[in-house]
Amino acid sequence: MITVNNITKTFGQHKAVDNISFTVRDGETLVFLGTSGSGKTTLLKMINRLLEPDSGEILIDGRNVLHQRPEDLRRNIGYVFQNNGLFPHYTIEQNIGTVPRLLGWDKQRIARRVVDLMKELHLPPDEYRRSWPHELSGGQQQRVGIARALAADPPILLMDEPFGALDPITRARVRTDFKKLPALRSKTIVLVTHDVQEAFDLADRILLMDNGKMIQEGTPDQLLFHPSSRYVRDFLEEQRFSLEASRIEAGDYPALIRSFDQFKNRKE
Amino acid sequence: MQQQSGKLLQQTMQHIGLTFISLLIAVLIGLPLGIWITRNKKAAGLVLGAAGVLQTIPSLALLGFMIPLLGIGPIPAITALFLYALLPVIRNTYAGINGVDPGVKEAAVAMGMTATQRLFRVDLILAFPVIMAGIRTATVINVGVATLAAYIAAGGLGEFIFGGIALNNTDMILAGAIPAALLAIVLDFLLSRVQRFGERRQRSALAFLPLIMLALSSFYVIPIGYSSRFLAGFTPEFMGRQDGDIGLRSAYGLKMRTVVISDAVMYKAIYNGKLDVISGYTTDGRLKAYDLITLEDDKKIFPPYYAAPVVRKEVLQKYDDLAPALNRLAGRINDSIMTLLNYRVEYLNQSPERCARDFLQSLGLYRPPRNGSKGLIRLGSKIFPEQYILTDIYAMLIRGYTDLEVESKTGLGGTIVCFEALTHGQIDMYPEYTGTALLAILRSPPALTGRLIGHRDSVYNYVRERFDKDYGLTWLAPIGFNNAYALMMRRGEARELGIQTISDLVNYQNRPKSGRNFKTAN
Repeated sequence: MITVNNITKTFGQHKAVDNISFTVRDGETLVFLGTSGSGKTTLLKMINRLLEPDSGEILIDGRNVLHQRPEDLRRNIGYVFQNNGLFPHYTIEQNIGTVPRLLGWDKQRIARRVVDLMKELHLPPDEYRRSWPHELSGGQQQRVGIARALAADPPILLMDEPFGALDPITRARVRTDFKKLPALRSKTIVLVTHDVQEAFDLADRILLMDNGKMIQEGTPDQLLFHPSSRYVRDFLEEQRFSLEASRIEAGDYPALIRSFDQFKNRKE
Repeated sequence: MQQQSGKLLQQTMQHIGLTFISLLIAVLIGLPLGIWITRNKKAAGLVLGAAGVLQTIPSLALLGFMIPLLGIGPIPAITALFLYALLPVIRNTYAGINGVDPGVKEAAVAMGMTATQRLFRVDLILAFPVIMAGIRTATVINVGVATLAAYIAAGGLGEFIFGGIALNNTDMILAGAIPAALLAIVLDFLLSRVQRFGERRQRSALAFLPLIMLALSSFYVIPIGYSSRFLAGFTPEFMGRQDGDIGLRSAYGLKMRTVVISDAVMYKAIYNGKLDVISGYTTDGRLKAYDLITLEDDKKIFPPYYAAPVVRKEVLQKYDDLAPALNRLAGRINDSIMTLLNYRVEYLNQSPERCARDFLQSLGLYRPPRNGSKGLIRLGSKIFPEQYILTDIYAMLIRGYTDLEVESKTGLGGTIVCFEALTHGQIDMYPEYTGTALLAILRSPPALTGRLIGHRDSVYNYVRERFDKDYGLTWLAPIGFNNAYALMMRRGEARELGIQTISDLVNYQNRPKSGRNFKTAN
């Protein structure tokens, strides 16, 4: 469980994160949603101490992250970058095995783990194990990035716009595969995105941010049907119909029609 | 020829050794320094600035600075080369590490690598091509600058190059310059291979590189000759001359450990005890400044360099009182007087004109100028103090003993410039040396030179005859001193060991060793 209490981070005069508190329960997926510059990535990076907060505290399973050696903390938290952040001088196999090597696993165990993960992520091991990152497509590179984050089977996974750099079709495919990953079961995930559709697709709960402040925190349904402010309503407006449609159970046509009518009326 | 090619090989090895020892030190110091300044941005400007300033010091001047601090030989040479190699290594390490994709750097942090792990597993590996490019630059610079090591007795291909320049021997220059250029090209090529090879399997390349450099460094063997009691330092010119080192070996059988060194630092080096015997000129003011003595050339291998005025024949015929005036100086200046006069000008910074007047007054020869209405004599001189002094003395004699006026055209460069000016009637006279006339102007064949050089009069007579017949120039009577090549030692040591002649030196060198345990000569 991740507990964040009253955390603030300033860069010069600018308050990037302004007094935010939340908790992520074990096995839950929390999505930071917001426009660029809203402070969501800054917030994410403080969880594994890529950045340090000016004030407030972050506890993981009750332990303050600042009281742990940052290297040990990070080796137990998977991290996925928007631009994959793969090491260009490591093969795919070496990239995925990075954290297990740091943790001192023996070679056979690392090799087995790499092969398993590559299979799970639809990267045929025999074909790609010895390839270099630049030889792979963008979607494949992103899968390698996810495999690398999962390699040491950390309980927590932080993901910074993990599908943001991919084209829409590839993004949808990688995301679908991602959702079905057995390795993700029971993981506590914190994911950053500016994509409303993606947030609603993946989140158990969403934390909507603007200008360093938390605007609303809750389940997708709460945000959609009980927005706390006009800002939230407006933020979701563009995609309301498709969001509502995707949340209505299959076959519940009256609800669907109701939703569409509301949407039309609001538009007019 | 066999001997020369052996020498070429030795010099090339020394050259490679000098280049790589200094490079290795530069990498050992520059790489950590470059890494350090990527973490201390404030220090970066300072370190890069300081290394940049070192780079702008002219190489010869840098070597000059080294001598008072570190003496002569390999240590100052390697230090100077190291300082030159430093900037490219530091700068490229700094730029290479800063140039690593920030996303990749952040990923390394996020994966939980420690600072050391990030440095060795990510930063250095990804910066490797850029760092290698810096090492390549440093290598090429060092191959070039290492030629100057020959000036301070550290060996290398510069020995051929500077010997060739001094002797005006193109083959010899090329014998040093071509291997040096090839060396630069070949090393650059090989390092470019390492650089490319390193782009994939970087870690093994990083480990091998210092080993390769260490191996190449070991090429440098401190200039070997004979194990001997004395260490001699000879100029590149002296090393290559028949009437120099070659003659010393063949005529005297002198076997001495010898290093090649520039004229500019040689005197200081012997004075400080870094050398025991040097080559030099008998009337050099530094003989007195550093309290050295010349050894008598008892087997006469150095040709005589007696100075005398050389005058155009028609000028002498036109003004019949000119020759008697000039001849008043004949036989009046011996070696030690000339040395003293040179010393006063070079070391006490007295004006040549004042020295000339003092000298003439001490002999009672000085007369105040007459009216100078009859005509004009144009005096030339080469550019060194001895010639200035002689020219001033002649000017005073002409003004005092004739009705001629004088125009001095001092500083006409070297021998050939003076001689050409004289034959083309642009000057009327200048002081010349018999040996120079024989070897540099008349270019006498070796057989003839060998026959003539034993006797001072035979050389004088030969050049006087040839100048008269071929160029219409007259050699007046010699002034007296002989500014010839000589071997020099510290006065105190020579006296203590009873060494007065070169033969004495040879005997001392070859005497069975006693007391201290010396290695046997081979």
